[in-house]
Amino acid sequence: MSGALLSVENAVVDLPTPRGNLRAVDHVDLAVGAGRTLGIVGESGCGKTMLSRAVLQLLPKKAKLSGRVMFDGQDLTTLSAEKLRKLRGRSLAVVFQDPMTSLNPVLTIGTQLIETIQEHLELDLAEARQRSIELLAAVGIPAPEQRLAQYPHQLSGGMRQRVAIAVALSCEPKLLIADEPTTALDVTIQAQILDLLAREQQRRHMAMIIITHDLGVVAGRTDEVAVMYAGRVVERAPTPALFKQMRMPYTEALLAALPKLDVAPHTPLPAISGRPPDPTRPLKGCSFSPRCRYSAGRCASEKPQLCSAETPEHLYACFHPIAARVGA
Amino acid sequence: MLFFVARRLLYLVPVLIAVSVLTFVIASLLPGDLAYVILGDQATPENVAALRHDLGLDQPIWLRYLGWLWHILQGDFGRSFRTGQTVLQAVSERVPISFELMVFAELIGLAIGVPLAIACAAKAGSAFDRFMTGSAFGMLSVPTFLSAILLIYLFAVELRWLPATGYVPFTEGPVANLRFMVLPALTLGLAEWPGIMRVLRSDMIAALQEDYIALAKAKGLKPSRILFVHALKPSSLTLVTITGINIGRLIGGAVIVETIFALPGIGRLLVGAILTRDLIILQGVVLLVGAGFVIMNFIVDLLYALLDPRIRHGHA
Repeated sequence: MSGALLSVENAVVDLPTPRGNLRAVDHVDLAVGAGRTLGIVGESGCGKTMLSRAVLQLLPKKAKLSGRVMFDGQDLTTLSAEKLRKLRGRSLAVVFQDPMTSLNPVLTIGTQLIETIQEHLELDLAEARQRSIELLAAVGIPAPEQRLAQYPHQLSGGMRQRVAIAVALSCEPKLLIADEPTTALDVTIQAQILDLLAREQQRRHMAMIIITHDLGVVAGRTDEVAVMYAGRVVERAPTPALFKQMRMPYTEALLAALPKLDVAPHTPLPAISGRPPDPTRPLKGCSFSPRCRYSAGRCASEKPQLCSAETPEHLYACFHPIAARVGA
Repeated sequence: MLFFVARRLLYLVPVLIAVSVLTFVIASLLPGDLAYVILGDQATPENVAALRHDLGLDQPIWLRYLGWLWHILQGDFGRSFRTGQTVLQAVSERVPISFELMVFAELIGLAIGVPLAIACAAKAGSAFDRFMTGSAFGMLSVPTFLSAILLIYLFAVELRWLPATGYVPFTEGPVANLRFMVLPALTLGLAEWPGIMRVLRSDMIAALQEDYIALAKAKGLKPSRILFVHALKPSSLTLVTITGINIGRLIGGAVIVETIFALPGIGRLLVGAILTRDLIILQGVVLLVGAGFVIMNFIVDLLYALLDPRIRHGHA
């Protein structure tokens, strides 16, 4: 993993709760190279957002993180608060899920853009204002100059997410973390926002992590995909390899649960039955085994480790990987 | 914005009418006939009947109300039958005193309450936060007459830094005026800060949980900017409300504090009017104070719109 812009090594996030310790992220290793895109896919509560907060060092106060988060040659877990602050918004930017709540309702769009720019770049107000106008234009907002004086509630959801992206891009970050950037938006807007992110990533040569519950979002837009379940990475592969031959039954189930256009009307979706395990009561065996239709033998008693298939880049944690079963 | 102000102003009319009706009805329901009060116990029934006719007391209450309202609309609030002073004279003499007291008290309350609230919200759950929240709760239960007496004892009797009672108009001696104001304003301010602190603290703790605060942190903003701009501004609505209500309440004069410190303000005027059964003064002052309260709330509404653009644009 040397040479990667960001590498998360053996990350564990523990959250104390009244019901006991909640392991939100369980020994995760990930890496993103400069200019590359990583997709992190999983259900709600699988730990993908906690993982992104761990990278940003913005975990809830009570959460405990162990492991290393190497970014641009520094271990973020050991940096001082002041050094982290200088990094956030500058080299490490984020777009949150819900643009309705992630912009401050009582500050103008202009204020929220300009404050970020002036915090990190040596620009005077007029220059920062000019840069804000250019950024808004770049993310496809019409009449950008007038928008500066407007408040978030005067914009539609899609427009607000564009503003949030403009804020994230404002200081030319090296890594952008997009945490479910389209989940809260209309379907018609989703593709536009994803295309915008892809275009700006190309133009600015930044690395990007797209976090989503939708395999459809990462297909064709990422270089590598990590599938998370119950706090662990259960399958990781270059995107084409994953979609060509997924190994982990969970990944397959996620893909099967996507609605398709070519099936007959009223066909029930093959939803994944059951619910993810209670994260405060970890299972002894594979976390997915209670819901997995291939579960057998040691699945319930032993935890499968990540191991590689035919290529070293394709990793999965399963005793009964899908392709191996064929012919077995 | 202009439309917003106009609409709010329009709402004021029915409220003010309701205030005037209530004031009049309550004053009329008070036991004791005004004619007897004026004439004393030696009055003959004929004298009383004649005076009642002169005063219009033999008319039905709604007619008397309309007559009273008619005079008020022409700027005539009536005059005291004891001192001969008009209501407007009496009030305008005393309003500056109560107003000055109110402003100082509110400033002291805000000066103590706001910084403490911000400090506690920033360190919510810490020992400092728990200690200050507890102290605020303790201060909330201290009645003003007690803190007034303790302050007098400390600053006037023991240390002899400040006068205990009395008043000098600002125009006659600004320094003396301020010296007389310190203790009463401090007494009221000490009663005001716990409410201010507790409300702002809980609003700020709620605001600090919001997504936009997480984003502000992710933008690498300075902690002070996050606290004072991103969290304080959206949290200040309730603060404005209780400050407005406090001011409205103090317009009516701080009866106890004005009495203890012998300040000739509105509160003393009201108490005097009640004790001497000076119904005309009582009725007029209550109406003016009520109107002041309503107008204060109108100003709070305008401040809301200034603070929150969603209200300004009619979205909330």
